[in-house]
Amino acid sequence: MYTVSNRLKIGAIILMVVGALGIVSGFLSAPSTVAEAKEMVASHGDGHGDGHGETVVDEGHGSYTEEGGHAMTEAEHDEHVFHQLQNKPWAALYVGAFFFFMIALGALAFYAIQRAAQAGWSPLLFRVMEGITSYIVPGGIIVFVILVLSVMHMNHLFVWMDADVVAHDALLQGKAGYLNPTFFLIRAAIFLAGWIGYREYSRKLSLAQDDSNDDSNFKMNFRISAAFLVFYLISESIMSWDWIMSVDPHWFSTLFGWYVFASMFVSGITVIAMVTIYLKSKGHLEQVNDSHIHDLAKFMFGISIFWTYLWFSQFMLIWYANIPEEVTYYVTRIEDYNLPFFAMVAMNFLFPVLLLMNSDYKRINWFVIMAGIVILAGHYMDIFNMIMPSTVGKQWHIGIPEIGAVLFFAGLFVFWIFRALASAPLQPTRNPFIEESKHFHY
Amino acid sequence: MASKVIQAYYNDDDILMHAVKKVKAAKHHIEEVYCPFPVHGLDKAMGLAPTRIAITSFLYGCVGLTVAIVMMNYIMIEDWPQDIGGKPSFSYIENMPAFVPIMFELTVFFAAHLMVITFYLRSRLWPFKKAENPDVRTTDDHFVMEIEIHDNESELKNLLSDTGAVEINIAEKNLH
Repeated sequence: MYTVSNRLKIGAIILMVVGALGIVSGFLSAPSTVAEAKEMVASHGDGHGDGHGETVVDEGHGSYTEEGGHAMTEAEHDEHVFHQLQNKPWAALYVGAFFFFMIALGALAFYAIQRAAQAGWSPLLFRVMEGITSYIVPGGIIVFVILVLSVMHMNHLFVWMDADVVAHDALLQGKAGYLNPTFFLIRAAIFLAGWIGYREYSRKLSLAQDDSNDDSNFKMNFRISAAFLVFYLISESIMSWDWIMSVDPHWFSTLFGWYVFASMFVSGITVIAMVTIYLKSKGHLEQVNDSHIHDLAKFMFGISIFWTYLWFSQFMLIWYANIPEEVTYYVTRIEDYNLPFFAMVAMNFLFPVLLLMNSDYKRINWFVIMAGIVILAGHYMDIFNMIMPSTVGKQWHIGIPEIGAVLFFAGLFVFWIFRALASAPLQPTRNPFIEESKHFHY
Repeated sequence: MASKVIQAYYNDDDILMHAVKKVKAAKHHIEEVYCPFPVHGLDKAMGLAPTRIAITSFLYGCVGLTVAIVMMNYIMIEDWPQDIGGKPSFSYIENMPAFVPIMFELTVFFAAHLMVITFYLRSRLWPFKKAENPDVRTTDDHFVMEIEIHDNESELKNLLSDTGAVEINIAEKNLH
């Protein structure tokens, strides 16, 4: 039985405390009046504001825009910046909360695929995956609470929730049948219930299998995993439209669901590899050999390329066609988010490709950890680039609120998953494929 | 150089693998093993040096990528500038996204084809070449392990018949 070391526990708690302080200071330093916001932008230097003082053409992002872009007066612009700055701590919190929730959900998808495929190599890693997926309970609830607070107008992450905006926006009126607060929350509740329900039931069966004297639990797990994958593919896609794409409700992309899926899948696999290597380094999981790590690293490598494929497919079509209502998405990102936008592609594509291409490197544990850290940071930037441009616009900054949110959720994540890992033996005993997994050799 | 070889026939890849390990443990040099299909781990058991085809593959991929960049730059930018969706037509970098599929395809194309050609050359395979395998059954359901004889015929015979060989032959052979 694995017990969480005190150092890890204390480290996680320190992360949470420091992160919470960062989050709180983000909320406290958000402006409460338009004048304060103006002052903040002015004292911030001229970094962001080429067009300030004149009329600015807004590209359709942000809180109080009407119909695709109109010329704003200075007062309107100040008001706009004020709302963006007010959104900032919320957006930072939301990106952090979603990112760590997404890791658990990606790991859950990977786990379900292993179950449904009756894979022979991976049963030794099932407890690690189950530990990571345990975070979808607190993570999912936190994301849901943030969404409920959005519906209650505590923040303006989702413009379409604002009745005033919808009243002046023909496009949003047309989408109101789908994009309305009630239906939005109902969908979110159904999806979270499905994911959490599958996770808890599958975990129960997995533990029951160890004490049983037949394979009925295992077979049941196979069946519910296959069914879950169908549910997951649909719900994940809709979730990505709801929770991410709708922050920019005028814009849409048909492969957005896949794109978000690739991001969460590779993050989940990366964390599975990192936790496995950590536990191995502490002397647990003796039966896990280099071939298991090799396979996980192959997935990290492959899914990173898959992510790039989807990222580029989305980018190239929009870039090529150059239709104003679509291309605004990338214009905002390339003009206002140049560094994070391109740094993310380098971190999510070039790094994994070059670091993990060599077969031997996929077996060097510290190499996998280093590549994993870059991949995780890259996918945090990916989510950052999805949410921020439409919620805070040019006022983005990776400062105390953003880092605080990451630290807080990282601490909570580590605390929660290692607590779950310590609650059951790390090695399944009666999985029918356990022998194959022990002898797995590439 | 003509020399005498002993050929041991097996009809199962697991038995073959055990035989190879046993022969290697007895410190005999295995000249060649003929198989109807690739046997996983056989190269390691025979003590063959690891393949370097992956390195050539990477280099060929780099060549393909370079060819694609130079080619598209010449065709679409320099020789006859093309209007790509209204983008500036005299800049490679500003039209680069349109060329990415070609860069990708040529990278794969060069890596794959040149790797196959390298493999053929390295394995001394070319059109109309006479087959080297000693027995047609190695293309069907038999495995043949070939060991050169250095005045140890009976010793090898005893060893091989212990490993589960279904047939043992002695043959004259031109080894390269």
